[in-house]
Amino acid sequence: MPWRLLRFALSKKHPEPRMFRAHAELKRSYDVVIIGAGGHGLAAAYYLARDHGITNVAVLEQGYIGGGNTGRNTTIIRSNYLTPEGAKFYDMSVKLWQDLSEDFDLNLFYSNRGHYTLAHTDSAMRTMRWRAEVNKHYGIDSEVVDAAAVHKACPMMDLSCNGHAPILGALFHAPGSIARHDAVAWGYGRGADQRGVEIHQQTKVTGIEIVAGKVKGVHTSRGHIATSKVLCAVAGSTPRITKMIGIDTPLFIHPLQAMVSEPLKPWLDPILVSGSLHVYVSQTARGELVMGASLDPYELHNTRSTFDFVEGLSSHMIDMFPFLADVKVVRQWAGMADMTPDFAPLMGKTEVEGFYLDAGWGTWGFKATPASGKTMSYTVANDRNHELIEGFTLDRFRKYAPTGEKGAASVGH
Amino acid sequence: MTCPINGPRPVSEFFYHGELRPMPDPQAATDDAWADYVFNRNGAPGVKREWWYHLPSGVWFIAERDTATDQVLRTYLYSDAVAEAVQ
Repeated sequence: MPWRLLRFALSKKHPEPRMFRAHAELKRSYDVVIIGAGGHGLAAAYYLARDHGITNVAVLEQGYIGGGNTGRNTTIIRSNYLTPEGAKFYDMSVKLWQDLSEDFDLNLFYSNRGHYTLAHTDSAMRTMRWRAEVNKHYGIDSEVVDAAAVHKACPMMDLSCNGHAPILGALFHAPGSIARHDAVAWGYGRGADQRGVEIHQQTKVTGIEIVAGKVKGVHTSRGHIATSKVLCAVAGSTPRITKMIGIDTPLFIHPLQAMVSEPLKPWLDPILVSGSLHVYVSQTARGELVMGASLDPYELHNTRSTFDFVEGLSSHMIDMFPFLADVKVVRQWAGMADMTPDFAPLMGKTEVEGFYLDAGWGTWGFKATPASGKTMSYTVANDRNHELIEGFTLDRFRKYAPTGEKGAASVGH
Repeated sequence: MTCPINGPRPVSEFFYHGELRPMPDPQAATDDAWADYVFNRNGAPGVKREWWYHLPSGVWFIAERDTATDQVLRTYLYSDAVAEAVQ
């Protein structure tokens, strides 16, 4: 439990200071420039300052803090991945998540719910068994359960899914959790700011200066900065940055939409995911159902919403929960997901010396925030890829060695 | 989306198949050039020539679309002239 609230109540200093400072001017040079003040960029800044003593850091954000995919996801945290690389990486992330509220002294509303990935077919059951065995091997708490166990955890669900897709069982992952996404960006941002990192909002990167294959500086809408290290953590805007410096990547951008229902009395404790019905859903502390589905079907660099999405997702939700037919959807939104062909991220060093990528976070980036910050800060500080991200480097594609994570990273395939 | 054969139809009737890209000769291409073709994409926004398919009628065609604004500029059937234009 964070003690900040109690300390604040007893303190004589009111009002509470802002979460982070605003800086009128950019400095002429920084040791590290991080592009993107979302969860990932701010986490990297935080761990650079806290664990590696590098505090002369600028985080540049073209919009506002946490206004990209950090504020546009469905906040699910889990580590029940399919590949050893993925399972180990996300396991580190889940362990970091569990202590993060204390670490920041800020309540993240981290709520451990348990996570069921529903299987409606024999082949889905086979994948669940596969994932459970990989997870157990790496000490991650996952097991295959039958339909009766699913019914016990969620008695309100129609197990036949309206007769379309009867549930045969599920992969149960006890550590599955949700958290308040804005607070994650604020917590990392405040922690980095307190240690000397500068956060510059409304500052757009317009070019990257490279001399003889090495990063020399960054051009921004507010002037030039000299630096030898740039970390690019901009999710759906990554291809715009890599195009500036001529790095080819397999990234393709599709919108991912989500929506929220009106608040209801608490009835759904676990997080439920159905790959066949393209649904993931959880209920927040406020009582709203947060619902997501699969990617939009074509490339688009835009955060527009569509009625097709609400229609399709609602129809699948009603297959699972017929009593929700009268419940209203109150909000919907979209984020730009930077997808990779193998559904694993793109991280680490690149062919340009001093340019580090933290991208390819597609539909699986929020849960990775702490581990990504940890491993990328290590990679930037030491100019050496952290061992946990060796399976995620860009050159895996040139070597025809993708890290096939599709079976565990998304719904709708 | 306007199908060149069937006219304007709801976008849910269509399947998107990515940007039209020239394929290098598989026999002559180096491993690196082939990996570049198989995996890498032009992910930045812009006006792109794309493959689209009208599911109910089975028509493959090309759409020129601005991927930043979702504005479809032109649609037409694939032809040798199109193939030459992207080489």
